[in-house]
Amino acid sequence: MAQRGIREYDAKKMLAERLPDYVDDFDYDGQIALVTPETDLEVVAVHNPWIKKKRLVVKPDQLFGKRGAHGLILLDATWDEAREYIEERMGKETLVGTVVGPLTHFLIEPFIPHDEDEELYVAIKSDYGGDSIYFSTRGGVDIEANWDKVANIPVDILAKAEDLDLKSQLPAELGDRLKPAAEFVKGLYQLFKDLGFAYLEINPFVFSDGRIVPLDLVARLDDAEAFWQRNNWKGLEFPEPFGRALTEEEAYIKEIDSRTGASLKLTILNPRGRVWTMVAGGGASVIYADTICDLGFGGELANYGEYSGDPSTEDTYEYTKTVLDLMTREKDPQGRTKYLLIGGGIANFTDVAKTFKGVVMALEDYRERLRDTGVEIYVRRGGPNYEEGLRIMRSLGERLGVPINVFGPETHMTRIVSMALGGGE
Amino acid sequence: MTMKDYMLFDKNTRAFVYGYQVNAIQRMLDFDYLCGRSVPSVAAIINPSRAGIHKVFWGTEEILLPMYRTIPEAVADHPSVDVVVNFASYRSAFDTTMEALAQPSIKTVAIIAEGVPERMSRVMAATAKNMKKTIIGPATVGGLAAGAFRIGNTAGTIENIVESKLYRPGCVGFVSKSGGMLNEAFNIIARNSSGVVEGIAIGGDRYPGSNLMDHILRFEANPEVAIIACLGEVGGTDEYRIVEALKAGKITKPLVIWVTGTCSKVLPSSVQFGHAGAKAQTDLETADAKNKALKEAGAVVPDSFDSYGDKIKEVYERLKAEGRVEDVAEPEIPVIPKDFVKASGEGTVRKSTNLICTISDDRGEEVLYAGKPLSRVMDDQMGIGGVIGLLWFKKELPPWAAEFIELVLQIVADHGPAVSAAHNAIVASCAGKDLISSLASGLLTIGPRFGGAIDDAAREFKRAHDFGLAPEQFVNEMKSKGTNIPGIGHRIKSVKNPDKRVELLIGYAREHFKRTDLLDYALRVQEITTAKKGNLILNVDGCIGILFMDLMGSCDVFDERDIDDVLKYGYLNGLFALGRSIGIIGHILDQKRLESRLYRHPQDDIAYMLPNFECGELRD
Repeated sequence: MAQRGIREYDAKKMLAERLPDYVDDFDYDGQIALVTPETDLEVVAVHNPWIKKKRLVVKPDQLFGKRGAHGLILLDATWDEAREYIEERMGKETLVGTVVGPLTHFLIEPFIPHDEDEELYVAIKSDYGGDSIYFSTRGGVDIEANWDKVANIPVDILAKAEDLDLKSQLPAELGDRLKPAAEFVKGLYQLFKDLGFAYLEINPFVFSDGRIVPLDLVARLDDAEAFWQRNNWKGLEFPEPFGRALTEEEAYIKEIDSRTGASLKLTILNPRGRVWTMVAGGGASVIYADTICDLGFGGELANYGEYSGDPSTEDTYEYTKTVLDLMTREKDPQGRTKYLLIGGGIANFTDVAKTFKGVVMALEDYRERLRDTGVEIYVRRGGPNYEEGLRIMRSLGERLGVPINVFGPETHMTRIVSMALGGGE
Repeated sequence: MTMKDYMLFDKNTRAFVYGYQVNAIQRMLDFDYLCGRSVPSVAAIINPSRAGIHKVFWGTEEILLPMYRTIPEAVADHPSVDVVVNFASYRSAFDTTMEALAQPSIKTVAIIAEGVPERMSRVMAATAKNMKKTIIGPATVGGLAAGAFRIGNTAGTIENIVESKLYRPGCVGFVSKSGGMLNEAFNIIARNSSGVVEGIAIGGDRYPGSNLMDHILRFEANPEVAIIACLGEVGGTDEYRIVEALKAGKITKPLVIWVTGTCSKVLPSSVQFGHAGAKAQTDLETADAKNKALKEAGAVVPDSFDSYGDKIKEVYERLKAEGRVEDVAEPEIPVIPKDFVKASGEGTVRKSTNLICTISDDRGEEVLYAGKPLSRVMDDQMGIGGVIGLLWFKKELPPWAAEFIELVLQIVADHGPAVSAAHNAIVASCAGKDLISSLASGLLTIGPRFGGAIDDAAREFKRAHDFGLAPEQFVNEMKSKGTNIPGIGHRIKSVKNPDKRVELLIGYAREHFKRTDLLDYALRVQEITTAKKGNLILNVDGCIGILFMDLMGSCDVFDERDIDDVLKYGYLNGLFALGRSIGIIGHILDQKRLESRLYRHPQDDIAYMLPNFECGELRD
């Protein structure tokens, strides 16, 4: 549960469909189309008759910004040009900032000719005591450089959106655009509040023939609102961030995670890394990863993940197998030892012996490969029945022929990290 | 007795637990008992679906806690309670918390639920701040005041509480975001100092109801606290308020703090840690930046979490040397009796059982019928007959025998509306009784005169046959006793108008049974009785009972003792009751659909023949 980005396409559709509930003469028509790898472009053109009639804008819609700066925007194009642009780039690995990933989603909308100085900026952010509305008549790519010209209108969390008087707080230089702009921003804030937004930025929007048109938009929703927003968010998806296509193993763990009430998370950072972790608990897993980095082994950290919420023996078995399989695919090229840290704090009520059962089963399955790869295992855990859990682990060491070092709550939680890795390289 | 502002809980604090959290409530009371509290910390339970009482252990004794449906009702009866431990789900956490805050006597609400929307959290936090009340959570296990009060499940098992010396106060005030790390922190602090005074987990959400700073300021004001310990987290800017406070001299006690999430610099930006708030949105929110700023402001910041305990020890030893803290003399603590379930799981206790069951077991992942998992019963297509074999006889019947049972059930399923059972059920249904009551009223007619002759027929014929009585002798014996032969005779059917059902049963047996000794014997008896009167035929009840004996004799899985059991305990009337229930239910549903009115038997169908009171026949 957290703030999660949504596609510009979905956000603009929400605006087109729902903002008229709040703003009387908001008539942005939501002429916009989304192209995915599965989309038949002919069908898009049939469903959106304007596409063949108007000049178009095409840009990727994958949760990254600064598309102009990255040369990933096509302006003032014909349908044929737009098609060609999309067909050329669809599925292509592309560098955006420091991240490489395939382009898979493009947004097409009508091109709105305008001058740069007509670009307006509005953003709504949430913070502890309330929300903040930011507004500027100097929108566009240079907004950050001109941040001192941005009006900041704080709204108390307990204030009623209807009572909001924006007209007096927006820049007077808007002239006859002041009234419609104020109504638009107020409506936007009400929509923001009612539809579960956590962040919304439109940069820029313009008045085109007296009509407000959002040109570029970024939005995040609070996904904890899903229960209340189930009708408003129908069909909405939360895309994976750009460049983070899940590996087969990550997808497998994610699938198990979605099936069970327990929590199982796995992110592979460096499959060639020598330090692998299997940590119980969200808080503890971060601290183990921290300690590995603090000791100078950040580059060797192979994975981040955690299991918690009383997973079944079968779940921990599958989880451990997945980690062991990745870990033992190849030896370290320099023949150095690989480390598996089976860590965790002191559990509240999870039966430690029971959760270790699945771990032990998987370790036994991978006995040969663990030995061949040169793996050393460190275990630290406390909580209900931990003595029995640790005993099972110790006795496993004898059978496995791989060094297993086992510790309980008398040893500081992360001490096994320094024991395994020493004081640094 | 009023508490200082800097204290949320003391030894007299009493709470409402919202939600029927049986385990958490017991754990709170066990903690109380361990701490030597005189009054349980839970005053009442608020359970929207049921009011009444709830029984809990207080040491070895059992006591009752009142249970209310709503917060205002509980508050009205318990005006001195000032804490609500709110176990409501994420869906109702907001409404229940706002209602609790609206009660003047409630000062603190702990919200356990995970997944409360940020806007709701912010509204709750602002509302509480305006009223000078405290929220702990959402998304937390809660917290604990050592030796005084425990929120819900905080600190886990009793063993862990004893191990971390939480039954008495030490000198450290601890606060973290993570509830999962609270146990670990209690452990670390107990091993490196005299232990905690109080430990609070504010929850991992982006907008917790109270933040790290709120609790640090309370610890600063609390003279019992000598050392403040804190675990921060990547994401958010809460820790900078601590930096400001340190710089402004608002925190004068030693503060040992570590901000977790230093690994985020090597992780891809898209990885969301376990906590919703744990994600840096600006460089300022990174763990490294926060640790650096805290250290510069004068906090005790280790180089990594690995030396967090060492830093606490350093500070503790320094304060001890300065005479500002001293080691705590350990009080004697009572033993909390082990729960039977737990001890039994560990194999350290036993008790004899009061009931025995040998036919089914629902404790595992799948129910077992006579040891056979239900899915195997389905895979083997055992049918109703096979299931009866398992649950009545604890045997796997051969298919032909299972099929015979099903044949019997079909044959006896119904016999029209006029027979006793159907008639009774119809009358009951017409009187407006529900399905089960009407069914029971029908079933209650089954007995010696109606449908209940199956067992008797089997018993009598078997006895006569085994005893070697010739059919003639048997008939005579029964006649001399003045008893009808059970299973012989029908009101309507006769030799000339044979009972089709009996023919079906006999046909099946002749084809599938290895032996039909008793049937053959019964048919010879029938020859004699029908010679006397045409309707003294082997009836359907008799035929079922007799054939069942032949079935058992034909079937390797049964021995003589099984047959004795069947006769002794009257298994076979069960076949009639089971099969006929199908028909009875049909009749009842029929009446319901017809919306039949109350049935009243016509008076002209009753011969009223009373003694004549006026004429004085009763006199003398």
